Amino acid sequence: MKFAIFLGCNIPIRLKQYEAASRAVLEKLGVTLVDIPEFNCCGYPLRNIDLKAFVLSSARNLALAERQNLDMVVLCKCGYGTFRMAEHLIKEDGALRKKINAILAKDGLRYEGDVQVKHFLSVLFNDVGTAAIKEKVTRPYEGLKIATHYGCHALRPSKIVQFDDPVAPSLFDRLVELTGAVSVDWSTKLECCGAPLLGTNDELSMDFTEKKLTDAKSAGAHYLTTGCVFCQMQFDTIQKRMATNGGTNHHVPSILYPQLLGLCMGLDKEILRLDNNEIDISGVQDFLATEPHLQSVQYTGT
Amino acid sequence: MFYNIALYTSLAIFAVGLVYRVSNWFRWKVGPEAAGISSSARVSAAAKGIISTVFSAKIATLLRVFVLDVLLQLWLAKKDFLRWLAHMCIFGGFILLLLMHGLDRFVTSVLFDYYSTLNPFLFLRNVFGFVIIVGLGIVFYRRLLLKAPRPKTTVVDFYAIFILAVIMISGFVLEGTKILSHSIYQEMVEEYSGLGEEEVEELRALEAYWVQGFGVVSPDVKGPFDEKILKQGEELHEMSCASCHSRPQWAIISYPASWVIRPMGLFMDRTNVHIGLWYLHFLACFFGLAYLPFSKFFHIFSTPLYLLVDGVMDEVESDPANMATRQALQIDACTHCGDCTIRCSVAVAINEIPNPNILPSEKLAAFKALLAGRKLNQKKLTRIQEGSHICTDCHRCTDVCPIGINLEKAWLELNERLAQRGYPKPEAWAREAMAAEFDLANLKEKPISLTPVDKAFASALVDSGQASTFSVCFGCQTCTNVCPVVGNDEDPKAVLGLLPHEIMHCLALKQKELAIGSNMLWDCVTCYMCQEHCPQGVRVTDVLYELKNLALKQIKNRAA
Repeated sequence: MKFAIFLGCNIPIRLKQYEAASRAVLEKLGVTLVDIPEFNCCGYPLRNIDLKAFVLSSARNLALAERQNLDMVVLCKCGYGTFRMAEHLIKEDGALRKKINAILAKDGLRYEGDVQVKHFLSVLFNDVGTAAIKEKVTRPYEGLKIATHYGCHALRPSKIVQFDDPVAPSLFDRLVELTGAVSVDWSTKLECCGAPLLGTNDELSMDFTEKKLTDAKSAGAHYLTTGCVFCQMQFDTIQKRMATNGGTNHHVPSILYPQLLGLCMGLDKEILRLDNNEIDISGVQDFLATEPHLQSVQYTGT
Repeated sequence: MFYNIALYTSLAIFAVGLVYRVSNWFRWKVGPEAAGISSSARVSAAAKGIISTVFSAKIATLLRVFVLDVLLQLWLAKKDFLRWLAHMCIFGGFILLLLMHGLDRFVTSVLFDYYSTLNPFLFLRNVFGFVIIVGLGIVFYRRLLLKAPRPKTTVVDFYAIFILAVIMISGFVLEGTKILSHSIYQEMVEEYSGLGEEEVEELRALEAYWVQGFGVVSPDVKGPFDEKILKQGEELHEMSCASCHSRPQWAIISYPASWVIRPMGLFMDRTNVHIGLWYLHFLACFFGLAYLPFSKFFHIFSTPLYLLVDGVMDEVESDPANMATRQALQIDACTHCGDCTIRCSVAVAINEIPNPNILPSEKLAAFKALLAGRKLNQKKLTRIQEGSHICTDCHRCTDVCPIGINLEKAWLELNERLAQRGYPKPEAWAREAMAAEFDLANLKEKPISLTPVDKAFASALVDSGQASTFSVCFGCQTCTNVCPVVGNDEDPKAVLGLLPHEIMHCLALKQKELAIGSNMLWDCVTCYMCQEHCPQGVRVTDVLYELKNLALKQIKNRAA
């Protein structure tokens, strides 16, 4: 299994732990990743500004992957949704495709639509498969309750993004349950984290975050888990900022899914860069089952 | 006389420019560190800093940076060998030529027994010039033929190369015409040969020798010559001329150049073309000198200085006043190499949004204009605002900058300054501008005219595959009912103006002002709930996206 990994703009500078943990987990599961240094902005930040600029920016990445005959794995849900939307618009509109390709030709690129864009979680669930993951889980969690946050742009519009059932998705919950953790039921599971409004309407943005944190807490979750750059930053950096600025401290830190999975696969916390998170998540290790061989060592010792 | 006036004028302009550019380093306030520190405090801190650094162990670091990074530019060699080669050719060749030839009165004649017509000077002048020509050739090759990724060659870059090319070419052609010139030959004979007018035979022999061997074009002495005459000429040459005039063939560029212009040799000599070329040559040099502080060439001062300063300064330990100066110097050290733009994550957008301020290499110029307090009109500020906010803060420009300018920091500062002048993030700007204009709360009482219809708006809606889906809306209000933004407020209409289904109605009625004037557009979280649940397949969220595009374009055009 081989994919071009799309990191986008934020991960390499603000969310290094997502990259590190994803690479470690995928390597353990036998997925080969190829880096394409020429990748540019996925187009998501341009969507408010100019439709064609967004599609062009997206298409350039797709063309770069296509040139190497690679499918793409995207770590961010907003990036994933944007690629799928661009794919769709280009497919739907022949004139747009022509125009985009004329611009791409200046860089010797061309986009034909022969590249599959997958989200990191889909690669785990569909390509690697739950059985293969289960096999690698050596220290499952015990008694850990997780609130899975799906992320809007992977779920909707479902006809275009085709990630999971938009009304009753289960992919992420099943991935969480592979780790031994319980995926709790919470009513705002499928709602927005608030990130897209940060910078234009901070108050409204944080209203959304607040609502979700309250809900996750009352559902009994110890941690939130995400598979998206913006959701993670909202639940980590912004949650911390909200608490320090006098808001309620809900104590529901957010852990990135590959960090959650990596730990119970026996990957080192340094490799998964748990320390990079703004809010301390080291406590999650307390839920890991004690390793059988460690127990026996302890017994012989006493 | 004219030469001196031109020289001193250009020197004066150069000095004024230098003072101006250096003063910028102490006047520009970049970053929060710079606030509250006066320019005079920065000057005295810099003086103290320089003295304490020079008389400390840090002098070793300074020397190392000077040799490796400034003189040898090893950082560039590691990055791109061809670019380093071009840079070294032009830089090295020019410095050597300047010292040996340009400043011959002050340098070469002091150190050596100097005659410009004698080797090694004659030969070296051509060699150094040749090296510069090679450098310029590589520059042209990279830009025009190799099409090295370099999205923008601006007028600024072009002038720099152009002036250098004029200096070099005029110099070589000037030397070429002098080689051919019979009148210059005559002057030299009169001055140095010691031959009187009556010694006709000797004069003819010497001239024959020079015509045959040195390329002089004589109006009356023409070959083929008798061996004997040439022999006599050679003897005379050895006796009177050879001690201060080497064979012109040593001019490895100018001599071949003289062959090219040879057919016009007599005509050019008669019309004194060499004098014109001489004027062109030194005026180009003086113009280059005067223009230097105002041009891209200034980086020959600012960049090495920044590299040195950067080598010995420390974010934590250094005086905040000096850090502020370093920030300003750093912005001035940009060589406009364009590496940042090549690596820029959003640069590709320029194909659809033709605004050079998107590109970091160009955005920096806009930033400098703001720092310098230049008056910018609304149109220019809007362009800068647009470019400045088409940036994902990915840090790549900063990572890739060969001299280590912290561009990321500059962009933060730029956004800050724009916001202070009333040009915040375009979405926030549009939200306010639109809301102020179309006061929806008051419109309740007002009848809305359905005519005339904005035809451009109506056809734009139909042209877009996704926007045109509004037409199948049957008013069930599902979109509004599932919208979490609507659900967030007790009285959503008061906050949002129009609700999603109402915006769809506005589109059916072709009411552009109403549709783009609603706060709903800017408060949409793009969660796609509405679109997902629409029983009719209206792409509600995508319609809102397109309306935002439209609104931003409208206020942008209005500013223009």
